[in-house]
Amino acid sequence: MQVELTVNGRRRTDEVEPRLLLVHYLREVCGLRAANVGCDTTSCGACTVLMKGAGEPGGGTSVKSCTVLAVQANGQEVTTAEGLATGGDLHPVQAAFRQEHGLQCGFCTPGMVMATVGLLSENPHPTEAEVREGLEGNFCRCTGYHNIVRAVLAAAQADAGTEVGA
Amino acid sequence: MIPAPFDYVAAQSPAHALDLLDSHGDEAKLLAGGHSLLPMMKLRLAAPSVLIDIGRLAELTGIRAEGDELVIGAATPHAALAASELVRADAPLLAHAAAQVGDPQIRHRGTIGGSLAHADPAADLPMALLALGGSVDVLGRDGTRNVVADDFFTGFFETSLAEDELIAAVRVPRRPGQGWGYQKFVRRANDWAIVGAAAVGGRIALANMGPVPLRARAAERALAEGVPAAEAAELAADDTEPGEDVHADRDYRRHLARILTRRALEQRG
Amino acid sequence: MSILGTRVLRTEDPRFLTSGGVYTEVGVDERLDGACHVFFVRSPVAHARILGVDVSAALKAPGVIAAFTGADLADLPPVKPAPMFNRAMTRSILPADKVRYVGEPVAIVVTEQAYQGEDAMELVDVDYEVLPAVVDFGSAADNDVLLYEAAGTNVATTFGDPDALDEHLFDDCEVVTTRTILNQRVAPAPMETRAAAAVWDEDGRVTAWIPNQGAQGTKGGLARLLGLGPEQVHIITPDVGGAFGAKFGADPEHVMVAWVARRLGRPARWAETRYENLVAMTHGRAQQQTVTIGGKRDGTVLAYRLEVIQDSGAHLRIGAMLPSLTILMTPGPYAIPRAESVAISVVTNTTPVGAYRGAGRPEASAALERAMDLFAAEIGMDPAEVRRRNLLPKFTEPHRTTFGALYDTGDYAAALDKVLEAAGYDELRKEQAERRAHGDTVALGIGLASYVEITGMGDGEEQPPQENALVEVHPDGTATILTGTSPHGQGHATAWAMLASEQLGIPVDKITLKWGDTDLIPEGGGTGGSRSLQHGGSAVRQAAQELIEVARERAAHELEANPADLRFDVERSAFEVAGDPDAAVPLASLAQEERLFVRTVFTAPGATFPFGSHVAVVEVDTETGKVVLRRIITVDDAGFVLNPLLAEGQRHGGIAQGAAQAFVEEVVYDADGNPLTASFADYPFLSATEVPSFELADMQTLTSYNPLGVKGIGEAGSIGATPAVQNAVIDALSHLGVRHIDMPASPQRVWQALKAAKENS
Repeated sequence: MQVELTVNGRRRTDEVEPRLLLVHYLREVCGLRAANVGCDTTSCGACTVLMKGAGEPGGGTSVKSCTVLAVQANGQEVTTAEGLATGGDLHPVQAAFRQEHGLQCGFCTPGMVMATVGLLSENPHPTEAEVREGLEGNFCRCTGYHNIVRAVLAAAQADAGTEVGA
Repeated sequence: MIPAPFDYVAAQSPAHALDLLDSHGDEAKLLAGGHSLLPMMKLRLAAPSVLIDIGRLAELTGIRAEGDELVIGAATPHAALAASELVRADAPLLAHAAAQVGDPQIRHRGTIGGSLAHADPAADLPMALLALGGSVDVLGRDGTRNVVADDFFTGFFETSLAEDELIAAVRVPRRPGQGWGYQKFVRRANDWAIVGAAAVGGRIALANMGPVPLRARAAERALAEGVPAAEAAELAADDTEPGEDVHADRDYRRHLARILTRRALEQRG
Repeated sequence: MSILGTRVLRTEDPRFLTSGGVYTEVGVDERLDGACHVFFVRSPVAHARILGVDVSAALKAPGVIAAFTGADLADLPPVKPAPMFNRAMTRSILPADKVRYVGEPVAIVVTEQAYQGEDAMELVDVDYEVLPAVVDFGSAADNDVLLYEAAGTNVATTFGDPDALDEHLFDDCEVVTTRTILNQRVAPAPMETRAAAAVWDEDGRVTAWIPNQGAQGTKGGLARLLGLGPEQVHIITPDVGGAFGAKFGADPEHVMVAWVARRLGRPARWAETRYENLVAMTHGRAQQQTVTIGGKRDGTVLAYRLEVIQDSGAHLRIGAMLPSLTILMTPGPYAIPRAESVAISVVTNTTPVGAYRGAGRPEASAALERAMDLFAAEIGMDPAEVRRRNLLPKFTEPHRTTFGALYDTGDYAAALDKVLEAAGYDELRKEQAERRAHGDTVALGIGLASYVEITGMGDGEEQPPQENALVEVHPDGTATILTGTSPHGQGHATAWAMLASEQLGIPVDKITLKWGDTDLIPEGGGTGGSRSLQHGGSAVRQAAQELIEVARERAAHELEANPADLRFDVERSAFEVAGDPDAAVPLASLAQEERLFVRTVFTAPGATFPFGSHVAVVEVDTETGKVVLRRIITVDDAGFVLNPLLAEGQRHGGIAQGAAQAFVEEVVYDADGNPLTASFADYPFLSATEVPSFELADMQTLTSYNPLGVKGIGEAGSIGATPAVQNAVIDALSHLGVRHIDMPASPQRVWQALKAAKENS
């Protein structure tokens, strides 16, 4: 089947089989390998990206791309971690993760960052409890979540909001 | 972790979806948010050969007031339901229940129609609908029929939907200001309820105390007879058939049902 | 001002944050072009004879290139257990005769595309003769059901002599209490599952990309299991998404991927699903422990005995030998006059057990700290006071325990005092008393743990611990470090650059670290057992220092001066003639005519012993049994802190995993050996909502074993947190008659303990 998606601002048309998961479409077809597959049960969030309908306002909502078919994303706009930074500068959320040492092995990080961008777009000034709840769909084994929470709160302070790079 | 192969069709309208269901029979499944169906297909617990995508049909989205009911399009994502000012004002238990499903990413995709059709007895929305005394508008060849929640869930992951029917909308009574209580007991954040209890009006619904979401009828009757809530809650586990798993055995589930019912009633006021 | 001890942000991060890490599954290399995809059909039963494997239907499925069974891999040497184990517990890489755990591979399917594999696997038909399964390791030694018939027993080995226990050990004790407790099986579950890619050249040499904790060890393991000489194996290590002890060496799947690539004459790759990871990556812990502790009513502990049954799972991996470390650390930080411990390792029809963060030492601490609280409860003394009375007094010269461990430096009482103060212990006890007086249904619990642990072990007495490093300065002013360590999140690229930068005056962001390629770095001990900084970091620092001396000779020649008259100005990264700053030559320029590099080996006198104390504060809903972790306050003293940012991150991660074991996570099997927690939906993997932010107090008791004064920090957090949280839960309910609850303190387990205590009262 043919699908047309806008990925990180670029329109593309591809031939895919219906069962192709969006995460594999992004990795294998688009060559965007930041999103990872960490589980089989839509639990871990390592595959999180932002998605929205064409013309909808905002940067998109966070979705687990392992549980979206590429064909379901036909006509949608998808943003991955690779699409966040603008002109070589880190997106404020990425910068906050670095500043607060919110990543160690990096495997959960792209998904965690995208979930954070999504969270802050819906709740720009979360409490710590709201951050932890907001990231309940993103697992990390390395950091114990402590510095991830700090990174999200720091990004909120810096008013990261809905900024999504081109 | 990859579904078995299937064909995919994006339905152009609800009627088109029904046509497709008709022609493919039990080989086809409807797809809205896909967050009940796709996880099952990825584990190969389900392997339909045709998926009919109704997730973006305008006719199946939207939340509106219609007389003394709220009418919620079946393809409404949980996040939209949770954020709806109308639902939070008139049926806050439903908005709250939608906000408990899974995690934020899941709530951006999963829909109320999908959740009800999936009929997981441990899920939030079936229990909430049952507590609210809501109903489901089922669209078939002959038009729409309305099924009350008490009649909708017929067995373990089974509903009264026929193979050639789809959920078009969900209805709940508008009761602004009415007290409600909601208790979801989990070991870990985005789990399904080990046991759940929801109380609103004179109704009490339980999650994961049997093959379907259940009414705690003995407790309801006691309440109706003027028995204090704490005492009535002691009857919450009556006529339930809880299962056993790694999280809880039957005894513990029964105990939780009683405690959670009491707490839900305390919240309800 | 030295860069050491400062919070340097990681140089690794921009790449991870923007384009993402490149893990084995997604690695692109032209040597892997046209790679086929390998899939493993796995046993759905825990114990069975394999009567037949029919791959004929699978071979006809779309995209299937080949399918293999155990008989096809008969050319591989049998996998013999390490010498300490029962030699008859030999197995095959791909079994032809029997399967011994759910998830064990029984057939291989190879496809053109990744999506075709699962379709084809469904068509493989295996005929099993199901055998009874032995799952309960308490009874595995009864030998009613044998995993390895030729061995005649399920006991793989014994540590100490269980028949030679001192029956008089507790004779002079006023109080003796004993309990059998469980240190339950958990899944390491790194976010990156296992994977491999392999390709052979015409000379019969294999290049394999495998996520690992030490490429050199993986190379040795792969070579041995393939029946090759080590020179025939080249390991490349992509980014590794966490390991926690479970990615050492080579697993059967890695061997099979390499075997397939050779057999088919084309590159092969594999990446496991989370299900496979949760049933076939080695598990952690799994010890049954009987603790007996005795002493006087004044709080003095006089005797302690620990008896361990280690569940090794179906194969003898690292887990089977970990009791030796548990035994080594039996007395922990306490001055216990008489202590003894014994252990047996048994095989069961479950996933093999390997190392998991702490690897044998958390088990020792958990048992000991539980025993200390049981003793405290028995004599009615505050658990902090009991610990204070028994901790070894501060020592700066090495202290040898009766178990043969040589603790380097320690100040255990200070760590305890510090954490109690940071936690506000007295206020917490007051609050607890108030809640109890009010009959509050939400109970407050305060749990303690004091621990000491062993890091940076060598390979036994004959081989002191060591690590190599090569530091090279380039003419353009950059530098490269080659290390024998194997970072997978610990931040070595930044930390080793800091160490080199401090000596060379080259900025951190101009220093590149390389690791994990065995052709580039033939020797190395990898990363595990919290060894990297004390050995690998010390080696980097030493190499940089030695490089300065090599450069000094060149500079002297260049400046026509006496080397003794030259001063190296770190700020300018240049040599100058003392007293004449204008007569200077930059370090980088000395690399122009001839390469400027030094390879060195740092050897440590022995292992080091970080220590600490943890306080956990929990709330327990006595109506439902639900535990909420409110606070964890810790002192984790691992000597000098090179980069507080990184050290804190290691502590956080360890604390979270330690806490998770205490009240959230467990691997569960049913009586037939079926895993019930084989997905992230069922395995209660810790999420952000279960833990609070942690409160870390700083304490640095240096070691004399390396110039930096550092010990290992990576595992300390998990060693202290588990018993602190477990003790806190039990403490919360002690007024209701609860004396012990096995881990994890799940809501049901807590509720059952409360019910039992009520019925007993």
